[in-house]
Amino acid sequence: MSEYLVDIKNEKLSFFTPAGEVKALNDVSIHLREGEVLGIVGESGSGKSVTAYSLMGLTAHPGKLIGGELNFNGHQVENMTEKEMRQIRGNEISIIFQDPMTSLNPVYTIGNQITEVIRLHTDKTKQEAKARARELLELVGINEPERRLKQYPHELSGGMRQRVMIAIALACEPKLLIADEPTTALDVTIQAQILELMMELKDKLGMAIIMITHDLGVVASMCERIAVMYAGRIVEYGTADDIFYHPKHQYTKGLIRSIPRLDTKEHERLIPIEGTPVDLLNPPAGCPFAPRCDAAMQICLREMPPVTTFDRVHYTQCWLNQKEEMEKGASHE
Amino acid sequence: MVKYIVKRILLAIVTIWAVATLTFFLMNLVPGGPFLSEKAISPQATAALEAKYGLDKPMYQRYLTYMTDALHGDFGDSLKQRGRTVMSIIAMKFPVSARVGGISVLVALILGIPLGSIAALKRGKAADSVISVIATCGIAVPSFVICTVLMYFFGVKLGLLPTMGLQSAKHYIMPVIALSFYPTAYIMRLMRSSMLDVLGQDYMRTARAKGLAGGKILFKHALRNAILPVVTYVGPMLAYTITGSFVVEKIFVIPGLGGEFITAINGRDYTLIMGTTIFLATLVIVMNVVVDIVYKIVDPRIKLK
Amino acid sequence: MKENPLSFQLKLNPEDFLPATDEEKQSQIIMRESVSFWKDGMRRLRKNKVAMVSLVVIIVVMIFSFIVPSFYPYTYKEQMKGANNLAPMQYSAEEQARIDAGEKVFPHIFGTDKMGRDYAIRVMMGSRISLLVGLIATCIILVIGSAYGSIAAFFGGWVDLVMMRIVDIIYTIPDILLIVLLSFSLKAPLSNLATKPGFHWLNTVGENLVSIFVVFALLYWVGMARMVRSQVLMLKESEYVTAARALGVGNGRIIKKHLLTNCIGTLIVTTTLQIPSSIFTESFLSFLGMGVAVPLPSLGSLASDALNGINTYPYLLFIPAVLISLIILSFNLLGDGLRDAFDPKLKN
Repeated sequence: MSEYLVDIKNEKLSFFTPAGEVKALNDVSIHLREGEVLGIVGESGSGKSVTAYSLMGLTAHPGKLIGGELNFNGHQVENMTEKEMRQIRGNEISIIFQDPMTSLNPVYTIGNQITEVIRLHTDKTKQEAKARARELLELVGINEPERRLKQYPHELSGGMRQRVMIAIALACEPKLLIADEPTTALDVTIQAQILELMMELKDKLGMAIIMITHDLGVVASMCERIAVMYAGRIVEYGTADDIFYHPKHQYTKGLIRSIPRLDTKEHERLIPIEGTPVDLLNPPAGCPFAPRCDAAMQICLREMPPVTTFDRVHYTQCWLNQKEEMEKGASHE
Repeated sequence: MVKYIVKRILLAIVTIWAVATLTFFLMNLVPGGPFLSEKAISPQATAALEAKYGLDKPMYQRYLTYMTDALHGDFGDSLKQRGRTVMSIIAMKFPVSARVGGISVLVALILGIPLGSIAALKRGKAADSVISVIATCGIAVPSFVICTVLMYFFGVKLGLLPTMGLQSAKHYIMPVIALSFYPTAYIMRLMRSSMLDVLGQDYMRTARAKGLAGGKILFKHALRNAILPVVTYVGPMLAYTITGSFVVEKIFVIPGLGGEFITAINGRDYTLIMGTTIFLATLVIVMNVVVDIVYKIVDPRIKLK
Repeated sequence: MKENPLSFQLKLNPEDFLPATDEEKQSQIIMRESVSFWKDGMRRLRKNKVAMVSLVVIIVVMIFSFIVPSFYPYTYKEQMKGANNLAPMQYSAEEQARIDAGEKVFPHIFGTDKMGRDYAIRVMMGSRISLLVGLIATCIILVIGSAYGSIAAFFGGWVDLVMMRIVDIIYTIPDILLIVLLSFSLKAPLSNLATKPGFHWLNTVGENLVSIFVVFALLYWVGMARMVRSQVLMLKESEYVTAARALGVGNGRIIKKHLLTNCIGTLIVTTTLQIPSSIFTESFLSFLGMGVAVPLPSLGSLASDALNGINTYPYLLFIPAVLISLIILSFNLLGDGLRDAFDPKLKN
């Protein structure tokens, strides 16, 4: 058994659309210990959600896993049948989605939707499941749980609904919680509350979290490890310190420069990353970020950059880093 | 909820009143009143008849009398079927139509909902194509075409099924097929598109993420949501079945209200036409209200508004 | 230097690390062609085989019903002696004699009916009536419905409330009942009118057909009005209308220029789907004997007339029956194709 709870090795996944093969994931590797928090950052379409969904066996229709290993808690996810997968989902691994407005079924009560997952994965009776649901609502900070259980999703606010989603996700005390942009659809004040709640519950229940977001602020406050994704690849991986204070990849640097800060001087401007993400249907031959990269070199246009490792954790995929490391190596000799 | 129901019922009453008034004045547009067509009636006889039916009184008075009587379910006597009231004719003929119509509605729901769902679940596969083609053709073929084609092949050519009347269960087969054909096709389309819509919803992904089995997801989470548009269609479907029965009852010689209505029109039986129109319109309107209220109950999102 | 398996496989030259120019960078991006809404829609419509076949069928039917009859050797009301109930491609005794005498006689492709009229031309005229009814009725519905709907939505408030209440009431009136009723009661006033100068055309068209149009004008626009209203409501909230208002553009111009042009896609689709439903209703009424006046044929009345002879001359029934189904089917499929192509909501 692996030392990691989650160990994804060289995952390749493509969507086979009528227009052609869209290579959504290329050699993505992720590992995570029990109780750790990993942030996956990237633009929409960079493959963050696809990675997480594939770990749950929830890859959407034309998508197909074409290579790599996915280990989770001793399971070989890529070899599991749908029936085996169902035993894990909602039980050992659960997920919170982006939009709490649409993620709950509008025609059933909150109570019904929470007890459903409890009854599915445990032997609890109806009454016990209901008691547990009440307990969960209290846990996620919803007042008057008794009354809420009988309410329908449309009667709750967005923040409340996200709390309900968290309650559903935590119902069976999972080992891993995937949070897919859990705060994007919420008001800023509510965002902070939800994040705080998640961290609090993590400490209480000791689960690992994969936090998917395009908001660097969110990962900065929560995550020990951060993976920056671009066009279906992890372009930089490291600790929060590495990413925020010693970013190496041009894309990561661009991301950091584009965050507004309180200490930004008046005359300083936020620097956006110019250009648009690549079309994964027609990916360029070389580094996918090259067309938008200020420091792009001839080789970047032709060849995919190799992995450059800086220490046990921190690595990038960038020719510039590779060149710098090579030069450093040469001067040492 | 109560407010909604009250509002809906009030609106229905206004509509029924509008239909009844419209019917009354349209019938009175016919110059010379209902007896013009009957030739060779002496002026005295006409006057006597007019007096008997109150046609000598001014229009507004006749309107008031007619409406008051109608409120009590009295639509007067039939002009052509001597000695019988309009209400007694409706009471006799309507159950026949209701039986054929009711069976057709049931058949349409029982066939349409599962077939439409299957098409959505097997999107792009052979089953979907077959069902979609049937549904598309189904809504394009008028009921009289289906009736006559069925009659020709099964009744005349093959002699398998009786072509007239409603004496046995076998007699029901062709009228029910003809009457349920369009609604079945329509429900299949409706169900397919709403099921596709539901399958793409986020809460379906949540259900999968919970680890629920396919059947449970389908029956508990998808079907309950996807069926809502079908509920709203039940009202219009009823109106269709009633008007559709005109043709079907005429072709298969079924002693129902639809056939009776056509006979009344061809025979210019004014009171019967008015009575039947008001009765059928009221039925459709009332059923629409019932369906609307049921819909609000089934869909909790609208409950409190 | 850290170990890197790739670096052994690749031969790296110093010039590989020269900066890339902007042009070189741009050449890496293969963008998907960006096309306008209309061009994109037309492209998708052309690619939709079912819709294109339907369009061809509709055009062929139109040619046969509007152009071919004008040079066809028979007319729809001409009764030929001794040519009653001829089978398709059969000649009457008299015609046979003329052929034997070396004359050329145009065949009765679909035979003749019981009154000795050429059936092919009657079917063509019947389709013409059915198509005309569908098109004219749809125009009436389109004009009334879109005007009513956009006015209600644009002014909002109590105007909208009252107007939509009226729509609600009309919506629940069973249409067929009212058509029957109207065609019945309008018969006398209309035939009166037809005797007056300038209204003789009423006789040819028939009072029933006029009442059908009256009913369409009175009742059927409500669906269209609801659709237009919801479209306009949606667009009304959009920024460019606010912008136009801020610039002092008048209400009429906003309705015409911004709102209607923006819901034109949905309007086209609804209109196309309205045509078959109008044809459907007309054929239904004609079948019940409440449609066009004799001797003018419509597909519904042709089918109705043929019903009595179903045992002996089934083709007289099947030809109009198949044709009406084909016309309705083609319009439905074309409408579906247009919706797929032009309704942005369903894009992808």
